[in-house]
Amino acid sequence: MLEIKNLHVSVGERKILNGLSLTVKDGEVAAIMGPNGTGKSTLSYVIAGREGYDVTDGEVLLDGENLLQLDPHERAAKGVFLAFQYPVEIPGVATMTFLKAALNAQRRSRGEPELQTPEFMKRVKEASTKLGVSQDMLRRPLNSGFSGGEKKRMEVLQMALLEPQLGILDETDSGLDIDALRVVSEGVNALRASDRSFLVITHYQRLLDYIRPDTVHVMAQGRIMRSGGPQLARELEERGYKDYIGEAA
Amino acid sequence: MSVMTETTTQATLSDFFETMRSAGAGELRSASWEAFELKGLPNRRVESWHYTDLKQALRSVAPLSRGTPAAAPERLFDAARLSVVNGAFRADLSDLAALPPGVDVCSLREALTDGDAEIIAALAPACEDAVVALNAALMQDGVVLRLAPGVEIARPIEIATIVAGEAQSCFTRSLVIAGAGAKATIIETAVGQGAGAQENQALVFALHAGAEIDHVGCVKAAAEDAVRVHSLLATLDAKAALNSFVLIEGGGLLRRQNFARLQGAHARLAFNGASLLRGRAHADTTLVVVHAKPHGQSREKFRAIVDESATGVFQGKVIVEPHAQKTDGAMQSKALLLSDAAAMNNKPELEIFADDVTCGHGATCGRLDRDHLFYLQARGLPRRDAEALLIEGFANEAMSEVADDRLRDALTARVHRWLAERGAQP
Repeated sequence: MLEIKNLHVSVGERKILNGLSLTVKDGEVAAIMGPNGTGKSTLSYVIAGREGYDVTDGEVLLDGENLLQLDPHERAAKGVFLAFQYPVEIPGVATMTFLKAALNAQRRSRGEPELQTPEFMKRVKEASTKLGVSQDMLRRPLNSGFSGGEKKRMEVLQMALLEPQLGILDETDSGLDIDALRVVSEGVNALRASDRSFLVITHYQRLLDYIRPDTVHVMAQGRIMRSGGPQLARELEERGYKDYIGEAA
Repeated sequence: MSVMTETTTQATLSDFFETMRSAGAGELRSASWEAFELKGLPNRRVESWHYTDLKQALRSVAPLSRGTPAAAPERLFDAARLSVVNGAFRADLSDLAALPPGVDVCSLREALTDGDAEIIAALAPACEDAVVALNAALMQDGVVLRLAPGVEIARPIEIATIVAGEAQSCFTRSLVIAGAGAKATIIETAVGQGAGAQENQALVFALHAGAEIDHVGCVKAAAEDAVRVHSLLATLDAKAALNSFVLIEGGGLLRRQNFARLQGAHARLAFNGASLLRGRAHADTTLVVVHAKPHGQSREKFRAIVDESATGVFQGKVIVEPHAQKTDGAMQSKALLLSDAAAMNNKPELEIFADDVTCGHGATCGRLDRDHLFYLQARGLPRRDAEALLIEGFANEAMSEVADDRLRDALTARVHRWLAERGAQP
């Protein structure tokens, strides 16, 4: 279970998160919607442990353990996975080398034996077939020359291999055409499980037609302004975010 | 004081010349010595040596090496090895029996004593550099490899130059003559183990029409006070191809200078490399590529990884002569600085005298990308491992140009070793 309590975050002089609290239960898919510049990506980065964010107050607990005290790789080994809005291209690093290094680093960190190559290859093959990730993509350097859709599919492939406890999807729908959106969403839906939760960050209702959330939270001005069920997303699509911007002002 | 040391250095080198002038190729030696004397050891005022002050580094000259035996170093590659130890070719440490038909080997000393005209003619292609001239004047020994026309050699042939033991000055020159259409892979390993080693090595490639040579160099780290100048001189006849990659592990002062002349049409040249520098290492890679005939292609791709207080230098000059139309050239040098004290000097240059050519160059210098680091960390890699993967990836951008999988794997193992040593530091 993810519990965020009264989270305050600044970058330099600027306050971005302003007392954000949120609970996501095991097996729950929680959508976070909100206007641009409201701190949604900051929230995902702070959970994953990116440098440059100053947490001035609050806690982020995963199964009761405060993630904020851990390095990013330790959070990953605990089960945090961030699907990036803009996955980086790393020329020179072979995709397969990277996948194996990541998987085995997490296993080592958890005291599990490393996966040997045949078992690793088998898992990659299964996951890549489901997600339409071609052998050619796997042979290329990580994300190098990939289209927006290919990059997002690679993110979901990594999530399938790493089997996280908490998957954070940061605007996974941005830059996707309707076909790619369907493939990526199906990949995510296949990973839904009673012991795995998701935080789905998006501007639009559209993604939520494919990945149906259990709860929807409206974020504005650096905190959660309102929480509800799936119908809240449709309401937002009709009315926009003006109520929440107004409320905070 | 400086006048005194200068005189001492010059006098010592002059003594060396007196020792070597009767060891064959007398005319070549005398002409080369005269050329050297006119210029002297290069200092920073010589433009092509602006970043590396050899004169300063050689204020005192170690005694001339005497071929003292030393153990052959570990094998890094599966290859037929020819060893030059402390300035002397060592048949007993060479796999002469493993050489296939069509490959003729002798020691340079032997060839010069015999006055072999073909070898002496091929031994010293025109070169303005004073240190190359000094090498030709003082060359002690080396390997001469002749590949018969049309021969295709599958197993690589390695020329290993080892300087070990007492402080010494070593002048070696090796020659590879590839007959028309010959194909082979030549590995060059340089192992400088002894403190105070001063090496002046030259490796000459004469590629006749249609010959194709892959060259893989591995320059292992030397002592902090080592001074090494390695010169590669290549001439390419029509449709000849030289594909070279050199991995440099720092240590002391190292200058690798490559000179190539594409003197036949449709010749193809690649000078690629990666350097791994730490401590107070200074490694200078300087290239001069001359396109003298049309339809030539040249590619240069270098990656320098510079840690601690090390300094990297890349100077690349591509000259396209007036008749070398349709030349296709691309040069790229990138450096990755891993510490605040690390330094890199990048200087790519083009001199184009023909009007129908495609030539470009680029040079960059930067640090590890924070976004890349975070991405890898967020996938579970500890910081040091994430850095290592990115550094290796950076080296791979150039190392991927090595066509042979096994050689590339052997080089990758060297990079891993270097990275493991980095990880082990506090």
